[in-house]
Amino acid sequence: MRTWFALFVVALALASLPLTGNNYLLRLATTVCMYAVMAQSWNFIGGLAGYPSFATAAFFGFGAYTSAILQNHGAPPMLAWGCAGLAALVFAAFLGGAILHLRGHYFAIASLIVAEMLREIVNTMPGTGGGKGMNLPILKISIAAQAQFFFYSMLALALFCTAAAIVIHRSKLGFGLRCIQQNEDAASILGVNTYAYKTAAFSLSAVFVGMAGAIYASWVNYIEPPDVFDVLLAVKPLVMVLLGGLGTIFGPALGAVILLTFEELVWRNFLTIHAAALGLIIVVLVLFLPNGILSLIRERFPRRERPR
Amino acid sequence: MIYLQIAANGLVLGGLYACISVGFSLVWGVLNVINILHGTFIVLGSYVAYFGYAHAGIHPFFSIVIAGLVLYALGYVLQAGIINRVVTAPVLITLTLTFGLDLVLNNAMLVAFTADYRAVTLANPLGSIEIGPVFLPGDRVAAMALALLLTVLLYRLLRDSSIGRAIVAVRMDREAATLMGVDVKHINAVTFAIGAFMAGAAGALLSIIFPISPLNSQVFLGKAFVVCVLGGLGSVPGAMVGGLVLGIIESFGSYWFGPEHAVTLSFGLLLVLLFVRPSGLLGRRGYE
Repeated sequence: MRTWFALFVVALALASLPLTGNNYLLRLATTVCMYAVMAQSWNFIGGLAGYPSFATAAFFGFGAYTSAILQNHGAPPMLAWGCAGLAALVFAAFLGGAILHLRGHYFAIASLIVAEMLREIVNTMPGTGGGKGMNLPILKISIAAQAQFFFYSMLALALFCTAAAIVIHRSKLGFGLRCIQQNEDAASILGVNTYAYKTAAFSLSAVFVGMAGAIYASWVNYIEPPDVFDVLLAVKPLVMVLLGGLGTIFGPALGAVILLTFEELVWRNFLTIHAAALGLIIVVLVLFLPNGILSLIRERFPRRERPR
Repeated sequence: MIYLQIAANGLVLGGLYACISVGFSLVWGVLNVINILHGTFIVLGSYVAYFGYAHAGIHPFFSIVIAGLVLYALGYVLQAGIINRVVTAPVLITLTLTFGLDLVLNNAMLVAFTADYRAVTLANPLGSIEIGPVFLPGDRVAAMALALLLTVLLYRLLRDSSIGRAIVAVRMDREAATLMGVDVKHINAVTFAIGAFMAGAAGALLSIIFPISPLNSQVFLGKAFVVCVLGGLGSVPGAMVGGLVLGIIESFGSYWFGPEHAVTLSFGLLLVLLFVRPSGLLGRRGYE
């Protein structure tokens, strides 16, 4: 109950943001929502099931291109976004069937390769604009209205994704995934259908990211392969989750806010070394704070035991 | 007749791929770390060779040693100072760490050397070699021969020297090696440094063939992935076979499907191979 209440309060606070009339803030908030979706999604497979997936960039680009192609053939944006999510889901289910039997390093590399391969395919495939990229139809509303429209779309997706996370964390699926994370063989012996569970987690980690990619494509009006299949899109989600805390519900969202704040500060002040700054934050994070920032807060303010 | 030429090209390319990958494979096999830095190490080796040739007139073939030693030192420091702290952590942690380090190093190279493509233009190239109907550029053949020589030297080092036996011991069983008096932390650092040495040496060899830019690091890393999975992990002969096979596949792939599909082809092959035979062509089953 407390979790739902917290989600409600955060949603309300964010939804009233356009009232400030600050469009810069609105753009940042849209990006935070997008990051939160990606981090939350990665948490399904990486945090709960403990599989080091680097496929987020692949799903993002897949969704972006699916939606862009559909919209250029006359589909309305909302429908195209939905289709992009669905397409990413199906893609992930097939891909998961092929690579989820791998463990550890092999899985990491296989998932990392997928985005690279999709990028090469898109580069040479007819109908995608190839390396020149692709323009999307522009909405016929004012610039300010567009900013609000995309902000609310991304916010809705982030809230939906977080709600799904809350439900799944408490469901049988979430429990099974945590079992897989701790000891997959034992989980399998105890009757958890590990293959189905892992595939479900992998597909969940794709569907929202695919939609986020689709909304992003409409938002920026132009996509190209190196942009939407960027390997950083695969690494940032797990950095955010590590920042916030693995396998927690609000950790990913918190990580999204922290990472974006940091990125924005570095972008503004040291443009040429922003990648190194991100690298440095990763190194420090891994070495000194492997359980995330929430763990620091928990250590300082341990939660009281509930009376039984 | 054209097929002979394509096969020869593929073999020359493959020898270089083997050299690119053998260090990556060693680090993966012994330390259980996917070293994302490997591609950047290779490019750094190329830069050492480039500046050595441009400013001091040192032929890139002699820069192998310099580039190798520079990267050996860098690799030792990185492993002993940073990666050793988390070397037994799960793959997610170590991979993310090397990715972070790669971002730092690659960005530093971009700032220091800019993203401009540079090339080593030899004043006295070796000309071309003609064997029956097959023509081969002499410098490439020499680079391949040196690459294979380095790979064989590494193989002998692991087989015959005491440090090599210690590395193999750590690879087989970390705890048992500790009990036998092996300083595992030191061996970890030496292994990583040898991996970096091979990357630097490969980079020096590649400098006369490919353009040099920090942006190329991902391409080399991708090759190392594919070769390792093709050949199986942590074994020098595996990397050798994997490299040669990849060279031939890419060579024929570009001929049949067009060069723009060569990367897709090799990555597709990687995924298929992971699906049917995750332990690689020469790998043993059940060995991680």
